Amino acid sequence: MEALKKPVRTIWDIPRPEQFAPGHNMCQGCAAALIMRMLMKVVGKDAIVVMGTGCVEVTTTPFPYTSWKNPWLHLAFENTAAGASGVEAALKALQRKYGVFKDRYIKVVAIAGDGGTFDIGLQSLSGMMERGHDVMYVVYDNEAYMNTGIQRSGATPLGAWTTTTPVGKRMRGEPRPKKDIIGIALAHRIPYIATANPAYPTDMMEKFRKAYETRGPSLVHVYSPCTPGWRIRNEHTIHVSRLAVQTGMWVQLEIENGKPRVTVKVPKRKPVREYLRIQGRFRHLTEEEIQKIQRMVDEYVEEINRWVGEQAIGPVVEE
Amino acid sequence: MAVAVEQRREQEARPAARRRVAAKGNFAVAMAVRDVDIDVAAIYPITPQVQIAEKITEYVANEELDAEVIHVESEHSAMSAVVAAAATGARVFTATASQGLEFMHEMLYIASGLRQPVVMALTTRALSAPINIWNDYSDAFGMRDTGWIMIFSENVQEAYDNVVQAYRIAEHPDVLLPVVVTLDGYILSHTVEPLEPLGREEALRFAPKRRYGYRPTLNPDMPMSFGVVGVPAWYHEIKYQQVRAMRESRRVIEETGREFGRRYGRSYGFIEEYMMDDAEVALVSLGATASLVKAAVNRLRKEGVKAGMVKIRVYRPFPAEELVKALENVEAVGTLNRAISYGGVVEDPLFMEVATALALRGIVKPMASFIHGMGGRDIFVRDIVAMYKKLMEHAKAGTSAKRTYFYGVKGHNPDDDQKM
Ligand SMILES: Cc1ncc(C[n+]2csc(CCOP(=O)(O)OP(=O)(O)O)c2C)c(N)n1
Ligand code: SF4
Ligand SMILES: [Mg+2]
Repeated sequence: MEALKKPVRTIWDIPRPEQFAPGHNMCQGCAAALIMRMLMKVVGKDAIVVMGTGCVEVTTTPFPYTSWKNPWLHLAFENTAAGASGVEAALKALQRKYGVFKDRYIKVVAIAGDGGTFDIGLQSLSGMMERGHDVMYVVYDNEAYMNTGIQRSGATPLGAWTTTTPVGKRMRGEPRPKKDIIGIALAHRIPYIATANPAYPTDMMEKFRKAYETRGPSLVHVYSPCTPGWRIRNEHTIHVSRLAVQTGMWVQLEIENGKPRVTVKVPKRKPVREYLRIQGRFRHLTEEEIQKIQRMVDEYVEEINRWVGEQAIGPVVEE
Repeated sequence: MAVAVEQRREQEARPAARRRVAAKGNFAVAMAVRDVDIDVAAIYPITPQVQIAEKITEYVANEELDAEVIHVESEHSAMSAVVAAAATGARVFTATASQGLEFMHEMLYIASGLRQPVVMALTTRALSAPINIWNDYSDAFGMRDTGWIMIFSENVQEAYDNVVQAYRIAEHPDVLLPVVVTLDGYILSHTVEPLEPLGREEALRFAPKRRYGYRPTLNPDMPMSFGVVGVPAWYHEIKYQQVRAMRESRRVIEETGREFGRRYGRSYGFIEEYMMDDAEVALVSLGATASLVKAAVNRLRKEGVKAGMVKIRVYRPFPAEELVKALENVEAVGTLNRAISYGGVVEDPLFMEVATALALRGIVKPMASFIHGMGGRDIFVRDIVAMYKKLMEHAKAGTSAKRTYFYGVKGHNPDDDQKM
């Protein structure tokens, strides 16, 4: 199966063939499974996947089984980008010196979780972006270390319960807002950066396609609900994903050569309460704490609007 | 038919035209890497290895070497990148020392566990704290259980020859294990010695590149998953395969060293014996330290003492058979090392293996372990002579030293070690 060439506008543009096989051990309702499936449909067979330790890695490759129809490499937790750099350099040398894969474009696709990207893998990611490797890096962000059992990471949002940010007398979930990974990527001035969300599959696949077409480093930051970790119902994955966008908790961005754009505009925002209330990880929040998060999102939205130069995300309208 | 093949081999065996240069160990390693025409190098600076990285980039800049150089942001990424590049099918190289080796420690197991033919040079250096950039073998001994083939070099020529041989060994389909070649920090890395490089043509004849696809790689036309989850139902078997690969690599290492000698007149075995034919006392050592031990043996021989030395060239896989054969007839055996196993049965990790090799073959004789030269402390020939004399005392008394003797420590009498 070839990589996707045409833009993805409607679901009819989504290719039928699968590069990501079923039968893996991911939880029911895991968004990461959907994301992997969509991603692999876009990149096709001429792609080498390098993956960091985490939920997707352990659930898709219990020896002797694998869900990956592509060549796939897992080294460790913190070095996905370094491994991808090595594959990319080797491909260049092999093509130039020995004519292996002559006249073929083989894409290197790095995939890691938020912990493996925002925290322990940040250094190797920075190195890869700064050196300009032709690697497309996809981070699926379930906002905690899920594989080890829901511990907080630098991507855990303000107020969220995790097993290491418990709710007690002195601690009320995660005390700090999420780390700005897009800002970090921007600082490396890489040609393509985007955020994506599985409730908007065509938008997500179009971003994967553009990352694929980029020559040089690209980063796609994908929102990825985790049913046990977020304490949401299995059938709520897409519902929660859509609410994240509709409340402004998550903004669908695309930054091409430094130029930002909001790809999914939200003229009327819903209050964050609607997003928070359906997730067990936020159940403990008081009205006051919810208002604090609301103010934080209001500021974030304002900042985005200023940055993209239009009112891409509108004001909160209570229904 | 067989005869014809033999004859052709004879012709090939003529030593190549000799060209002598003067080179430091670091440049010898870089030349070897250039001569075997590596495809990918990942480099990160650390003393005393930096010149290797500098020289490789210079070769690439001047088109003397066609390779991708990845200026990684850490040694952890260096090892990650070369393991991944090897898995893609490239001939790879990296070099490090000390803290850099410790930083990539996690990846050392992954290189061997994934059976990737990575070749690395290690300019041996002490470990922090306190920080120290000078020679000892703490870093090398720290990686002894990581599943790498480990080859120690005694001089600059050996460093070059060992790197060339390392590629032939690592990439052999019956081996497919990473190989580290050590050279003593400063003592070899920065010391100019005469060197006869093979040159590119000859090095590639000795360690030829194999056809792409001779081993499993990350190939879109033949997709495979590397580094999957080793569930309990399979992990044990996978590790046993690694054990077997290490055991069986002996054949390839032996054949490679012998063939090297046949072609270029410098033979390499697992060990090197020095004055062992009639030796009564012997020290076992490795790396450039062995040269000092040889000098001590020469001095003792002049005094009429029948001293001998065994140098361990290949430390992993450990040459137990060869070593025991060399040592079975001496009266007492000692080891001299520059690495410490704190709290060990004795503090010298080399001794533990030498003693085990002998004991398992029913050989019990007076033994003693010696440590000297940590963090660049100079070892003088007279110190080693004193060790031999200590060993002779043990031979005479028929006793072994229960503790490691620490020589060269200011204000310390090594005999006091036996009281602690
Ligand atoms: C060096 C190292 N430290 C810790 C771990 C343990 N560990 C494995 S996966 C994981 C969490 C992964 O989190 P993330 O990257 O967010 O992926 P997720 O599991 O959430 O999909 C951790 C902490 C490890 N494998 N290696
Ligand atoms: S724990 Fe969460 S991220 Fe991991 S497989 Fe289950 S749903 Fe997916
Ligand atoms: Mg996570």
